[in-house]
Amino acid sequence: MRAFTYERATSVQEAANLVAAYPNAKFIAGGTNLLDLMKLEIERPARLIDVNGLELDRIEATPEGGLRIGALVRNTDLAAHDTVRRDYGLLSRALLAGASGQLRNRATTAGNLLQRTRCPYFYDTNQPCNKRNPGSGCAAIDGFSRQHAVVGVSDACIATHPSDMAIAMRALDATIETVKGDGTGRTIPITDFYRLPGETPHIETVLEHGEIITAVVLPPPVGGRQVYRKVRDRASYAFALVSIGAVVQSDGTGRIAVGGVAHKPWRSEEAEAELANGPGRAAAVLMADARPTEQNRFKVDLVERMVAAIFTEARG
Amino acid sequence: MQFDKPATTNPIDRLNVVGRPVPRVDGELKTTGNARYAYEWHDPQMDYAYGHPVGAAIAKGRVRSIDTEAAKKAPGVLAVVTTLDVGEREKGKYNTATVFGGDKIQHYHQAVAVVVARSFEEARAAGALVKVEYAPEDGAYDLEEAMDGAVKPDGSDKPDTAVGDFERAFADAPVTLDAVYRTPDQSHAMMEPHASIAAWKDDDLTIWTSSQMIDWWRSDLATTLGIDKERVHLMSPFIGGGFGGKLFLRADAVLAAFAAKAAGRPVKVALPRPLVANNTTHRPATVQRIRIGAERNGRITAIGHQSWSGDLPGGQPELAVNQTRLLYAGANRKTAMRLATLDLPEGNSMRAPGEAPGMMALEIAIDEMAEKLQMDPVEFRILNDTQVDPEKPERPFSHRNLIGCLRLGAERFGWQKRGAPATRREDGALIGVGVAAAFRNNLLMPSGARVRLDGDGMITVETDMTDIGTGSYTIIAQTVAEMMGVDIDRVTVRLGDSRFPVSSGSGGQFGGNSSTSGVYAACVKLRAAVAARLGFNTQDVVFDGGRVRSGDRAVPLSQAAGADGLIGEDTMTWGDLDKTHQQSTFGAHFVEVGVDIVTGETRIRRMLAVCAAGRILNPLTARSQVIGAMTMGAGAALSEELVVDTRRGFFVNHDLAGYEVPVHADIPHQDVIFMDETDPFSSPMKAKGVGELGLCGVAAAIANAIYNATGVRVRDYPITLDKLIGGLPEVA
Repeated sequence: MRAFTYERATSVQEAANLVAAYPNAKFIAGGTNLLDLMKLEIERPARLIDVNGLELDRIEATPEGGLRIGALVRNTDLAAHDTVRRDYGLLSRALLAGASGQLRNRATTAGNLLQRTRCPYFYDTNQPCNKRNPGSGCAAIDGFSRQHAVVGVSDACIATHPSDMAIAMRALDATIETVKGDGTGRTIPITDFYRLPGETPHIETVLEHGEIITAVVLPPPVGGRQVYRKVRDRASYAFALVSIGAVVQSDGTGRIAVGGVAHKPWRSEEAEAELANGPGRAAAVLMADARPTEQNRFKVDLVERMVAAIFTEARG
Repeated sequence: MQFDKPATTNPIDRLNVVGRPVPRVDGELKTTGNARYAYEWHDPQMDYAYGHPVGAAIAKGRVRSIDTEAAKKAPGVLAVVTTLDVGEREKGKYNTATVFGGDKIQHYHQAVAVVVARSFEEARAAGALVKVEYAPEDGAYDLEEAMDGAVKPDGSDKPDTAVGDFERAFADAPVTLDAVYRTPDQSHAMMEPHASIAAWKDDDLTIWTSSQMIDWWRSDLATTLGIDKERVHLMSPFIGGGFGGKLFLRADAVLAAFAAKAAGRPVKVALPRPLVANNTTHRPATVQRIRIGAERNGRITAIGHQSWSGDLPGGQPELAVNQTRLLYAGANRKTAMRLATLDLPEGNSMRAPGEAPGMMALEIAIDEMAEKLQMDPVEFRILNDTQVDPEKPERPFSHRNLIGCLRLGAERFGWQKRGAPATRREDGALIGVGVAAAFRNNLLMPSGARVRLDGDGMITVETDMTDIGTGSYTIIAQTVAEMMGVDIDRVTVRLGDSRFPVSSGSGGQFGGNSSTSGVYAACVKLRAAVAARLGFNTQDVVFDGGRVRSGDRAVPLSQAAGADGLIGEDTMTWGDLDKTHQQSTFGAHFVEVGVDIVTGETRIRRMLAVCAAGRILNPLTARSQVIGAMTMGAGAALSEELVVDTRRGFFVNHDLAGYEVPVHADIPHQDVIFMDETDPFSSPMKAKGVGELGLCGVAAAIANAIYNATGVRVRDYPITLDKLIGGLPEVA
């Protein structure tokens, strides 16, 4: 870990300004990912702007009938929130499928969206990694790739996004509210928030430097049966090989967001339209452009089986 | 004392203290955080500095140069010591690869430098500033590719064995199996990483470390440093898990010693978790071919087992065929081990070396063979039991109750309810049960101890024996209490210090039986000294209730001790009872699994182990050993694999996020039953090892249960869902 300066921001605008002013500054909230990465010198910020004191830790109803979740709401609190449990069960289940109780107590809503890949080559600074060290190459593509992405991949990177929560947010059509250093703010639909790796896998979201997430907003509840199914090699405390966040309506239509298969939560409205022709058809469209490696080909089968099972079970 | 005749009745047989479920005597220290582990040792008089190890970034080659300028200028840095600075060193007797010193890189993350600073954080930050230039060389990293060039290993006992005419018997057998099994490299992944504190006073070195074998470490550290062994005082009173990973001197101790010398201060060094997998030793991967031929009635006529593994030059094979020489009858037998050269980190012992991976393969093969014979796998094993060494029928087992374990286990587990493969479903899961035999040889090691009786009636036992979480403190206290006829709270146990008599240490499941036998021997001496002091006849003297009795005379022990106290010291050595009789431990593992019908995720539903391991010295600590081993077996079956990057030559998943050991949620209800038995050939304690027995066969029982659940036979561990999914039913 490199030495860094540490400041506590007292307002959202001040936080955004402080980070915007320095190219090598970062926000810190829960720190459950950032601090680990700093210890390994994968992240090397010179300044940390602590946003924990900002009053962004509330969950409130929106006039539209949705829910505004403050950026600093801890994962534990979000998962346990009555409205979330009642109307957005998928989100609660996804949160509880992730990490451990201790980590969820600390991890925040915005931080969870921004956690970085768990690719083991990304974590080993002796190895080439285009995400950690742009232009150095990707060791995973021809290396150990069992856990890596199968869709939306590029020749530069096959890393996955590890978040469970983000899968639920994607399925629930969340939007992300931000404030920038110049004082302007914007609302970003989660579908536009994450980037595919392309040639620039080190740029993971559309956020600008100094742009701070203030809230994640859920639209009014969509009802249906809400399922989060996470598949992993051990029963707990592991990242998903594949996870599916689904909303299944009684007429057989629904939504499907998939984790563990791409650089971002993977969802296709086109695929969902195919649900009318059966879940098998929907899964096929969802994974149509899959480019798996020999080691992670099973993920494609797994997605197809899981989609079929989730929609069949829900109908039955 | 030499143990060369089977034990007869002795004071241990009273079982007033030994054999009882005595809670750990060090339990309170551990649960209150007062047991000081290596890195936590703290003397307020000492001004500790912190050393951060730097691991090699390449798998093979040479260090061309190391630029330490930036690191030395970094805040708080006191010293930087590089592998070039200390130069090539004489290697420790038990090390295959160089631990530190010289320009040769033999494996990834081999230590190339240690940075010493006032704080841990400063040392770690400066460590990243050390610039190393390498001249990389090509290496061999893929066992499958290197197998063709594998050779008959030197030095290992009997790489090849043959009895009768295996090839012919196998060719003639009406029912045969010929299958290849694979076990991956595994990491010890103990909770406490390797850690040491070194402090020099002139030429004398004191080192607190985490070592299973005090004397081996002490000797090898002295050799590596080029100093006299007598100059090294080594202590390891508490160890946060070892599993064989702390049998041999490792880099933390060597780096701490060099760093402390360079900094002129005591230095603490712990291996960062990402270094543990590649910097230290691991259980080597194996490829095993097993051939079994049997008569239609189920009698094995031919059994052959070949194993290939790899290691660095000068290394050794994984002894994966060992159990096959002894476990089942059969007139025609053959085993062979071949060793390939691999430039991966050093392969070495991990809990039940040999038998653990060997049983992972053999006990699937037995299950497959039973199926071919249309026999119940429990009955097939029982039919082929042997009470003698199959290679030397004149040599009996000292005690062998595999059949009893299988029968009792089957009854308790409800084995007879087992159905045909892929026929039982519950709640979206395919349910199956599996069985495997457990087998691990009983090893004996010389072990010494010193027992002192004080004037207040307190008894202190000192031995360099270690407690790696196994319960050594407790069973040694029980042994002393039994031998001297006192309550256990009158006994103080001091372990893990090179000033104490050299013991067996902990490893190879020899620690419990060997070290308590050493303590037994020392107590025999102390009893004689007490009797002599009192003028009692040693033949009829009885130690009981804190008193010594002979005829109608009875004297409190404290009085016998006198003001100066009395000391008994001895070392138990072993005659040839393990040559005339095969000493092994036995068991049976039963497992029920559920395999998710959609995803292929396997979750264990229940586990039962029945163990026949001689006298159980403490059923509480022994049970903990066995359930821990069953948990390790669950990891071996389902998730644990050090993944080799065969281009770059290292284990990729080198942290606890990537190397998945079981978590609580993976482990269901576990039952352990110990057979009530003694083995008078093993020692005066009549005990045998149990800590490794509990692991041997577990993974195969799980594999067999998965087969019973799904009808998919996987011979390639770990059995992850990607290996099952192609054979699962279609999802409607």
